[in-house]
Amino acid sequence: MEYIQFAVRRLLQATVVMFVISLIGFSIQDNLGDPLRELVGQSVSEEVRNELRQEMGLNDPFFVQYRRFVVNAVQFDLGNSYFFKKPALQVIGDKFQATMELVIGATLIIVLISVPVGVYCAIRPRSLITRVVMTLSIVGISVPVFLTAIFLIYIFSVELGWMPSFGRGETVQVGGWSTGFLTADGLAHLVLPSISLASIMLPLFIRLIRAEMMEVLETDYIRYAWAKGLSTNRVWFLHALKNTLLPVITVGGVQFGTMIAYTILTETVFQWPGMGFIFLEAVNRVDTPLIIAYIIVVGLIFVVTNTVVDVVYSLVNPTVRLVGQRQ
Amino acid sequence: MKTRLFGWALTAATVAVLALSPVSGASAKVLKMAYDADPVSLDPHEQLSGGTLQLSHMIFDPLIRWTKDLGFEGRIAEKWERVDAATMRFHLRSGVKFHSGNTLTAADVKWTFDRLKGSPDFKGIFAPFKEMKIVDGLTVDVITDGPFPLVLHNATYIFPMDSKFYTGTDFNGKPKDAIIKHGNAYASTHASGTGPFVVLQREQGVRIDFRRFDDYWDKNSKGNVTEIIFTPIKEAPTRVAALLSGDVDFIAPVPPTDLERVQNGSNTHLVTMGGTRIITFQLNSARVPQFKDVRVRQAIVHAVNNEGIAEKIMKGFATTAGQMSPKGYLGHNSSLTPRFDLDKAKALMKEAGQEAGFSVTMMAPNNRYVNDAKIAEAVAGMLAKINIKVDLKTMPKAQYWPKFDERAADIMMIGWHSDTEDSANFYEFLAMTVDKETGRGQYNSGNYSNAKVDEMTVKTLKMTDDAARAKELQMIEKIIYDDAGFVPLHWQNLAWGARKGVMIGDVVNVMNFPYLGDLVIQ
Repeated sequence: MEYIQFAVRRLLQATVVMFVISLIGFSIQDNLGDPLRELVGQSVSEEVRNELRQEMGLNDPFFVQYRRFVVNAVQFDLGNSYFFKKPALQVIGDKFQATMELVIGATLIIVLISVPVGVYCAIRPRSLITRVVMTLSIVGISVPVFLTAIFLIYIFSVELGWMPSFGRGETVQVGGWSTGFLTADGLAHLVLPSISLASIMLPLFIRLIRAEMMEVLETDYIRYAWAKGLSTNRVWFLHALKNTLLPVITVGGVQFGTMIAYTILTETVFQWPGMGFIFLEAVNRVDTPLIIAYIIVVGLIFVVTNTVVDVVYSLVNPTVRLVGQRQ
Repeated sequence: MKTRLFGWALTAATVAVLALSPVSGASAKVLKMAYDADPVSLDPHEQLSGGTLQLSHMIFDPLIRWTKDLGFEGRIAEKWERVDAATMRFHLRSGVKFHSGNTLTAADVKWTFDRLKGSPDFKGIFAPFKEMKIVDGLTVDVITDGPFPLVLHNATYIFPMDSKFYTGTDFNGKPKDAIIKHGNAYASTHASGTGPFVVLQREQGVRIDFRRFDDYWDKNSKGNVTEIIFTPIKEAPTRVAALLSGDVDFIAPVPPTDLERVQNGSNTHLVTMGGTRIITFQLNSARVPQFKDVRVRQAIVHAVNNEGIAEKIMKGFATTAGQMSPKGYLGHNSSLTPRFDLDKAKALMKEAGQEAGFSVTMMAPNNRYVNDAKIAEAVAGMLAKINIKVDLKTMPKAQYWPKFDERAADIMMIGWHSDTEDSANFYEFLAMTVDKETGRGQYNSGNYSNAKVDEMTVKTLKMTDDAARAKELQMIEKIIYDDAGFVPLHWQNLAWGARKGVMIGDVVNVMNFPYLGDLVIQ
């Protein structure tokens, strides 16, 4: 019952968020430029352009256009992309897979590296390795992702020739999902983009895990565990680490959404055919239906991940109550 | 030869790729290429743009095409002759096959011509063409509205389409030949031409796979590419990296910053060519009364150091201009050279009584032309030296064009490439008096107006004697030059990069549509 209430509440919130996003997206579209310019050649006369504009309904007043948009949107039709000439949602759906795989690749890297490194730095706060890691993490946080990406391409593709420089490589269809995880070529293509994307969050997570772990190691129950004579490994990896990961889950969930935003840059540099890349292209081409569909879908992803994090958190930590949940 | 150290994974990947390639054996020559963007559609009539023309030359063939030295050579049309002042007769090659297996006839050519007349993008160019008449199965007559000099120029835009293939209705019940700019159209995603390559598969914005057409009519072509994998790579550094790392064999454009790297690459080579796109600024005399004074305009032209811009900002990768027509065009007047002379500029300002200077606004795009925003900044700095204070705004092209249409600033940047590869096109769009009715002067944001230029330009569009026409066009160029009707900067050069052994130098041209059917890979 509690969860149903919670879900309904969240759904309503999500709807309001989507609505506001669509309204904002719609009202800025006039400032993005003239989509007609991108559809026709330069010597096409203003008269012909205006005919096309009329035909596409771009000359209608704002509210007429917006009403038409909302009426279609509630039927899950966000309009046709001007460039792809397909429903915008379908375009994003197709590209979503590539973006998801990139995000998963980056997440794997972050989890596999940040947890052991973070823990090590907490356990051995004064070691040389810890100091090096901490310094590097500062550097890592401050280097922009596109610089990391270009740097990686030049080292590993151009100079060393180990890695492919762009694209997704070979993919295979698994039940409507085209994946690069199952071919060697696809995996090779995933490496550099995943590292670039991970480079944003990795330092943050190492620092977060280290700080949390150090805090936990100071708590009474850990002292008690030491006093009880438990083995070092048991104290560190069972008692301490478990409690360290609680806040990490929350931050991780929220950052997951942010990571999708960062894919815009990573995908552009690597010509990764995901939705971040087509978003930037859509902005350049004033492909308004695609732009609005993208921000609505990303808004939805944010709402969903935050909801999932809340639920997971309440399951892991019983002292936390969900919003709207009664005592 | 680079050592691949990635080990098993990559070896396995290579094997997998080889195994999956549709063409195998010693004769297979695969060209992996990357441009900065992919064409919007497979329909050659949907958008008049460089991307469309590049693709058209791969899957279609024009009646005739440009040679490297801006002459014409027959393709689908074997020969042509002028019947009378308003009629040009084209004799078509026999036995030309479309990708669908249909054989090309005069009916296909006429069908294509009629479709062009209805295309929003192309109907402007074809306006002087009254009609096409079928003489017999392999002969057509193009009838123009009076004498028209650019019949052959425009014939390079006629890429015969397979009329049978495009006739009927598609799965949505819409006619297959419909040109729809913003929705799903059959012709946007299906193609049957006579060209050297057949589209096997296309994922828009990601990749297009081509295979050489088995029944291609041109058996004399030396081209030996059997398969093309086309990927757009938007980011210039990535595109260059893809070439340098051997992931692709051919890229365009190469950005000015990477020219040397591609040229000196152990495995790559560079091909460059002077381009035909002129980059200019226009001075709006309707907004700024001072610009009405020819001395002030001349002062500005003299103050702009286009040599410096070409050298410093364009890294030598531009040809400085004093006029609109590039070399090779009929209107190119070799006496009109760049005019940078700061002392003279100052003297002219003084003479015009504008020594104290004035303030103006300037706008330029920041993602349309090579280094556009940097050029605008440099010019703003140069004008400060003759006391013209410039308030510069740069913006993405999508936002720039509506501003340009509004004539929203006193000085605006515009680059122009003549769609017809003829000088008159420059004057028609950039220099003639603005006329909403006829569409002339559509891109003349400076409101430059000289009755003589108007009259002479219109006259040249009726002249068929090349020598006399050239004289006239060069005179127009001179009048605009003396009027300082605009600020000429440079013609953007073109650059292509390729792996050694991919002989792109033989197939690229100043129009920037490489004839890939004739490409040889050694």
